[in-house]
Amino acid sequence: MDITPDSIILWKYGIIKLNATILITWMVMFILAVGSWLISRRMKEGNISSRVETLLEIIVGFVYRNLKEIGLRKPEKYIGFIGTLFIFIGFCGLLTIIPGYIPPTGSLSTTAALAISVFIAVPLYAIQEKGFIGFLKNYLHPFFIFLPFNIIADFTRTLALAIRLFGNMMSGTLIIGIIISLSPLFFPVLLHILDLITSLVQAYIFTVLSSVYIAAATRTFEEIKPKGG
Amino acid sequence: MDSLSLVAIVSIITAGLTMAIGTIGPGLAEGRAVDAALKAIAQQPDVTTPVTRTLFVGLAMIESMAIYCLVIAMILIFANPFWNYFISKVAG
Repeated sequence: MDITPDSIILWKYGIIKLNATILITWMVMFILAVGSWLISRRMKEGNISSRVETLLEIIVGFVYRNLKEIGLRKPEKYIGFIGTLFIFIGFCGLLTIIPGYIPPTGSLSTTAALAISVFIAVPLYAIQEKGFIGFLKNYLHPFFIFLPFNIIADFTRTLALAIRLFGNMMSGTLIIGIIISLSPLFFPVLLHILDLITSLVQAYIFTVLSSVYIAAATRTFEEIKPKGG
Repeated sequence: MDSLSLVAIVSIITAGLTMAIGTIGPGLAEGRAVDAALKAIAQQPDVTTPVTRTLFVGLAMIESMAIYCLVIAMILIFANPFWNYFISKVAG
């Protein structure tokens, strides 16, 4: 049994391989990009939104509200990156209602790529916001003994982000596969519903965690210190 | 006993033990988290929405511990690196 779609190789030429993960990822990206373009091209100020436009507005508004509640001061700046993560992971999970579809987030390569993009984005935003010195000072917080722990935490949380998403999505697919071979009629449907909820919750958690990391890195020390303390 | 069957036995037993021992902690922790959240909601029904949201995030964080165990168990059973190594040694 395959535990990731990485091992399904569709096309091979020399060292270049096209596996199911890459193909499905590009298909999902295509659907998302073209779909959003088709929906939003007729958007104008003053027009009454159609149903799908309202759906997009609800999603964007949801991400925006959450970013604001987490403590990012300028959500407009980060919503492009974090919103894309949310929509991509959520959509990858939701598409599992199509039979024969394997979620690309069930492959460690995809989740590692997503986690590494968060790993790179955090210091970039921090440097943009506070300058290079301010970013380095973050590592000495609360005082210098914590320097190695702060550095280790950077790597372990990236690993945890990747493994958490991979484990949840992979286990969903795999458990349904095992249950189908035991009781094919009714029980897999219930588990599939649970799996859809899990995938949305995982998308939400990935988004919340990455925005918490960005918020923690871009926050200045004056904000962290309680006033008058 | 040759090394191949030894690897198989140890892998399967370890996969079972990983799930058995590794889910005790997250199970207790999730129970405590839901307990605390329900008490908070029972005392102050107004805070249901923020408590539920935080509870979901917290539960997923706790559950990721169990998920790590599941990943390890799955790797041991379906994609065991040592097993593949010994298989290639026997074949080649």
